[in-house]
Amino acid sequence: MRHANSRQLSRRSALRMAGFATVALAVPLATPGIVRAQNAARLVIIGGGFGGATAARYARINHPALAVTLIEPRTRFITCPYGNLVLSGMRVPDQITHGYDGLRTRGVSIVHDMAAGIDPVAKTVRLAGGQTVAYDRLIVSPGIAIKWGALEGYDEAASQLVPHAWIPGDGSQLALLRRQLEAMPDGGTVGFALPANPFRCPPGPYERISMVASYLKKHKPRSKILALDAKEAFSKQGLFLDGWKALYGDMVEWVPSNKDGKVVRVDAAEKTFVTEFGTRHKVDVANVVPPQSAARIAFDFWLTDQSGWVPVNPATFEAKAAPGIYVVGDANNGAPMPKSGYIASNTSKHAVACAVASLRNEAPPEGVYFNTCYSHVGDEYGISVVGVYRATDKGIVEVPNSGGVSPRGNLPEQRRLEALYADAWYGSITKDMFS
Amino acid sequence: MSLAAFATGARAAEPVPLAAQGCVGCHGVRGTGSGAIPGIAGRPAMEIAATMNAFRANERAGTIMGRIARGYSEAEIAAIAAHYATSR
Repeated sequence: MRHANSRQLSRRSALRMAGFATVALAVPLATPGIVRAQNAARLVIIGGGFGGATAARYARINHPALAVTLIEPRTRFITCPYGNLVLSGMRVPDQITHGYDGLRTRGVSIVHDMAAGIDPVAKTVRLAGGQTVAYDRLIVSPGIAIKWGALEGYDEAASQLVPHAWIPGDGSQLALLRRQLEAMPDGGTVGFALPANPFRCPPGPYERISMVASYLKKHKPRSKILALDAKEAFSKQGLFLDGWKALYGDMVEWVPSNKDGKVVRVDAAEKTFVTEFGTRHKVDVANVVPPQSAARIAFDFWLTDQSGWVPVNPATFEAKAAPGIYVVGDANNGAPMPKSGYIASNTSKHAVACAVASLRNEAPPEGVYFNTCYSHVGDEYGISVVGVYRATDKGIVEVPNSGGVSPRGNLPEQRRLEALYADAWYGSITKDMFS
Repeated sequence: MSLAAFATGARAAEPVPLAAQGCVGCHGVRGTGSGAIPGIAGRPAMEIAATMNAFRANERAGTIMGRIARGYSEAEIAAIAAHYATSR
């Protein structure tokens, strides 16, 4: 299996990296490249997204004695949330792009480089640029990677013709999808190939369908959307299906796996999806939400298991393979919690508290983990799912009789309020990360 | 503060209760509100607790807060209320 092979290669390269780290450690204090604050307990965070940025901010606010270093290669962070609203035209990319100056002002040492190796014995992170960062506790929030080739025909080159737009990166994937929608003639078909669970942002593909429908209704009303799904059910399904019918009539056709919706091959040049039973769907604009795993860095550091995600202690988010290294966000195996920005941000606060307790030789605090995911179905039509979770000896469980989705039915004022609340949430959580 | 001092010294400023750290994803920085979502900072603790408990008991209709409040214990709601009552 391709995936297993790449994993073995990663393990070998991780061994080599560990060797390099040991060599580098032989002359640590004399090396000018060493990045460390003197005489303070050092919390190092890898990844500057929802998990990592929030962790850095809360570490500085709640524990000002900590020296906090955030390692993130990019100088600007584009959020996945609200990317779909760029497709509908309700937002422009600048409105979902954030910088690290706020965290810098709070005293976080920001290192714009890629973490290339962890030595958990020496407690150092080696950077791609050659520097070494020493830590006392480490939080890793690296996000996801796309499993290129896991869906036949969908590799990195194919994504330049058929965008995924599922990892924001430099924003080019979202921009490509937006340009393709703009170039499509009225009456065309936008096709989606949607993955099996688990993947980043469970309601995200369906919000994207909604926002593309909103764009088409305004600009290309004779067009269609064909959503081919590897699942039989999806997040907030009833609410989305109700909303699509109410707002977009019969524009959206969703095909579940038991109706031959599972795409098994992508012909990117022909913009054609081939399903499990051999049906070929040629579309005008194609978007693949591809199979995913934890980010590459988690494989390189031996943190993942055969699922491709990082198993963690549900009470502390320490990686089972490496106690003392806390892994939060989409990369961990946090089910039944969704892989959402809110969960990444919320659980990173708990990971900071656990890391500090560990530095003090105290027991970790009791956690309660909280998620809210809003989705826009239309410009003034929002829906939500909420979950409150706790760590138990059976793993993470959702609190009974709590959480759940917005009520169904003809509730236009509830939908309008939730669309407003979604906008308010976006402003609030991004300030909770970066201000 | 050195690592050793950090490990053995007194706690720094009392951190925000973890249950309360969930609220600010929507309710704004330090609970001061964000857009259409009202602020909770500076409201009397009794008012915050009574509101949350009413949502929790299904005695007050909410757009979303009922689903949330039912996930928290009364003790957590009391801690949330005490924290945001003094937040500015």
